[in-house]
Amino acid sequence: MSVPVEPVAQLLPVLLDPAAWPGTSLFGASFRDGYVGSIIAVSLYVSLTAVALSTLISVPAALAIGLADFPGKGFVKSVVNTGMGFPSVVVGLVVLFAVSNQGPLGSLELIFTREAMIMSQFVLATPPITAISLAAVDGVDDGVRDAARALGGTRLDAALVVVKEARYGIATAVLAGFGRAISEVGSVLIVGGNITGADGISKTRTLTTAIQLEARQGQYETAMVLGAVLVALVLTVNAVVVRFGGRGAQG
Amino acid sequence: MPIQRRRFVAALGAGAVASTAGCSSTDGSGGDGGDGSSGDGGDGSGTDGSGNADESVGVAGETLTLTTTTSTYDTGLLDAIHGEFEEMYGVTVDAVAQGTGAALETARNGDSDIVMVHARGLEDEFMRNGYGINRRDLMFNDFVIVGPESDPAGIQGIGSATEALTTIAEAQAQFVSRGDNSGTHTKELNLWEAAGTEPGGDWYQETGTGMGEALNIANQQGAYTLSDRGTYISQRSEIDLTILVQGPIEGGPELLANPYGVMAVNPGVHENANYDLAMAYIGWITSPGVQESISEYQVNGEQLFFPEAVAEEPNFQQYVPEGWSSESDDE
Repeated sequence: MSVPVEPVAQLLPVLLDPAAWPGTSLFGASFRDGYVGSIIAVSLYVSLTAVALSTLISVPAALAIGLADFPGKGFVKSVVNTGMGFPSVVVGLVVLFAVSNQGPLGSLELIFTREAMIMSQFVLATPPITAISLAAVDGVDDGVRDAARALGGTRLDAALVVVKEARYGIATAVLAGFGRAISEVGSVLIVGGNITGADGISKTRTLTTAIQLEARQGQYETAMVLGAVLVALVLTVNAVVVRFGGRGAQG
Repeated sequence: MPIQRRRFVAALGAGAVASTAGCSSTDGSGGDGGDGSSGDGGDGSGTDGSGNADESVGVAGETLTLTTTTSTYDTGLLDAIHGEFEEMYGVTVDAVAQGTGAALETARNGDSDIVMVHARGLEDEFMRNGYGINRRDLMFNDFVIVGPESDPAGIQGIGSATEALTTIAEAQAQFVSRGDNSGTHTKELNLWEAAGTEPGGDWYQETGTGMGEALNIANQQGAYTLSDRGTYISQRSEIDLTILVQGPIEGGPELLANPYGVMAVNPGVHENANYDLAMAYIGWITSPGVQESISEYQVNGEQLFFPEAVAEEPNFQQYVPEGWSSESDDE
């Protein structure tokens, strides 16, 4: 009855501890002590947080839009779907203007921090999570909701039943949002600044910006190694979510 | 199933709480008067000693945001020397590598405390507009014109950079330009202008990439390009390009000199700029000891940078825009 989410949650602080990552040599490419581990940790911290926050907004929003009937619903859907195509560089620029010293949030001093990166990935992940969740909610047979109401359930109960029915679609939506967040390079480079300390421990460098840095220097092989790490990471997260979803199906 | 759902929601909630906790700590440090400690709040992991920031007075625990150029950053020089500064003052240096144009723009917006760049024209404009103060000459290396060993345009042995470029243009040999408003790109455009040649046509490609990538593209296409010596040296083992026109370090024309300057962001324009720490940094990096470390820094057994901050003779022009004098200039 153990749920995979908990070990993952416990693992995160460990991942964020540079001391837990020894000197690394991957496929012949050598990195400084803790370097790869710290950029993996920053990538996961930023993207998982952004996707978690985004899910908290997107799924209720998808339910609200999907379960309600109102004029202009089609238009709202189009806007959400269009949001899936936002170029990450543009989102990065918009967040940069917001958090820059000259911007409305300038006094918070968020520029070149992980929080700014979370903001931009939140903006990027929300449209796909909302849109795919919405499609999943739309796909649930109306009879399910009617039955829930007929059995004396509240609107919330009915919504929860719909979420249960649509859980595979919602899991897919969250994965799509995560994929969008962890693989984008444009916005985190602009608002995060791709910073590591002099000791090689990442502050705002993610796997994608590290890959970009290596490519910029013409170190294509090292960039490919980091790319493989990124793919492995996404595979792992997907496997965890699919496993979680699979268990849910048995219950 | 319902139990698992609750757990899932609980896990999501915990994640949200953890993340907002990170956000609010940043809000806190940002709210207490713009002390430049933005980096502390960004540390959601709690693995370093950022907590000391609140207990100590002075600069300890603060963060200095340095915007610099990709060609400086990519040589690894800053990582090699910054540890000493961080230890000495108990601070963190966040080095952000951008093109010279972008590095200055970031500083112009008040998002960095200090800039280290290599395009004197852009630096002068930055100073004249009031954004930068206390500029110092820091170090120099030089640019070289590199190309394939076969040298299709036949520029090897030409002693003048402008003549070499004109020859490349006349032969319509492939030339790769950075095209990214970086210091190197600015230098290249100045050279074309000095040569009286307008580059353009199929043979001239603007890549919009960093120096390393530009070298790779030139390598793959058998093209010529202008590179700073440092990036070329650090990449030489992986490419087939050779130096065809040397810079002044190896006896080439003075026109290919590549001087780096460092200057603080004017706290009169951006009051949140961490001016104290920026000046501490300038003092530190122009000190004899660190200048010595810069000259000792090697990649592939070769010296990349030649310090020029320490000199017996005064050099007043390093503090002001080039050619500025109080008599002739009304600014």
